[in-house]
Amino acid sequence: MIDVAKLDPNFKYEITKEPGAEHMTRCFACGTCTAGCPVREINDEYNPRRIIRMVLLGMREEVLSSDFIWLCASCYTCEERCPQDVKIADLMNAIKNIAVREGHIHPSFTAQLQALLAHGRLYEITEFDNKKRVKWGLPQIKESSEDTRKLFGKTGVDKLAGKEGRIE
Amino acid sequence: MKYALFLGCTVPVRALNYELAARKVGEKLGLDFLDIGKFSCCGFPVKSVDRMTFILMAAQNLSLAEEANLDICTLCSACSSVLTEVNKELKENQTLRNRINEDLSVTGRKYDGRIQVKHFARILYEDVGLEKIKEMVKRPLSNFNFASHYGCHYLKPSEVYGKFDDPENPHTLDELIQLTGAKSIPYEDKKGCCGGGILGVEETTALKIAALKLDHIKTTGADALVLICPFCNIMYEANQKKIEKQSETEFNLPVLYYPQILGLALGIPQDELGFRMNRVKVREILSQLG
Repeated sequence: MIDVAKLDPNFKYEITKEPGAEHMTRCFACGTCTAGCPVREINDEYNPRRIIRMVLLGMREEVLSSDFIWLCASCYTCEERCPQDVKIADLMNAIKNIAVREGHIHPSFTAQLQALLAHGRLYEITEFDNKKRVKWGLPQIKESSEDTRKLFGKTGVDKLAGKEGRIE
Repeated sequence: MKYALFLGCTVPVRALNYELAARKVGEKLGLDFLDIGKFSCCGFPVKSVDRMTFILMAAQNLSLAEEANLDICTLCSACSSVLTEVNKELKENQTLRNRINEDLSVTGRKYDGRIQVKHFARILYEDVGLEKIKEMVKRPLSNFNFASHYGCHYLKPSEVYGKFDDPENPHTLDELIQLTGAKSIPYEDKKGCCGGGILGVEETTALKIAALKLDHIKTTGADALVLICPFCNIMYEANQKKIEKQSETEFNLPVLYYPQILGLALGIPQDELGFRMNRVKVREILSQLG
């Protein structure tokens, strides 16, 4: 049941200010996005048309604190096919960016930020990895996270990695 | 032809066979690669978290290649998509470029917009050219049927790629496969996504997405799935056993990187193409080559 008193009519404008999300209000709910979505085919939790409807209705809390916004596989099928040129994959990122600012970062992304801060990359390159690389005649890689740490410090993303993530 | 080789996160630790085969094939075809030690993650994982940080990470990497005056060659399709997208956006949007350069000064770097980014397969297709590669094929793989997997980010968002291939009806990888003398076979849902984008968020769903394609290819009797992205490989090869367990179906489908089959066709010895690192055993395929 939708509680009208809890709807935020400005939520859609908050989102269309984000880069990539500008065209969202053009959506006429044709469902092309949902019909071609590989995630939706398997998992009913994720439904891009429904998410856009929820945003347009102003269901701010439900959307931002949801698990389903993190289920976009970023395959861009919807974005390629949308007849209204809604950049749906970019829109999902815009929604996630706002969710993060509101303290709803998904734990798998906290873990990825931690890896990036520690290694400058998602996977550490250990001495063992380098030995294996040399064995195959590939150049060794000396990882460094110095610049990544500086960039994260500049935008404040470093602080997100320290937090425990959202409360489950 | 010289490029800065952008390995990204996955290739240098989890796809050494891909890297090895790409370097060997590159050498054979006159592609010269520079390794830039300061390259880091392209920024892809941060796109969901904070767009500005995502652009900064990509810009940082782009500026490193600019310093070397080289275009970037990527092996991972996600890196390809991210670096191409940010490069395009920063070239076109002066205001954003200025803002990014202000922030980039913390690492002492500056983005100028002087280079291009291309996936290894696109370089083969466009820069080396099909004709030249065809002339160099010494050992045609005539008896093989391969199922091509384009993956998502080699083609999409098509807007950033200048539509070099058609995302709804792609052909470049099939043409590249056919160059080796093998047949690139049609199969159901060929454009399907590997599911890798949500492996860390919802593993069961991700593996089910990957299972669909393994199932479709298995019914064709193809010798192998051929792909060009290390993360698609994680889904179809590294996770194949897990998928078999989850879906209670045995696939045992070999998964090869395109440069591995091109390398064979070019006459590069098998043991130089990293087949020993393929997890689903490819002995049967190799033995047919004699």
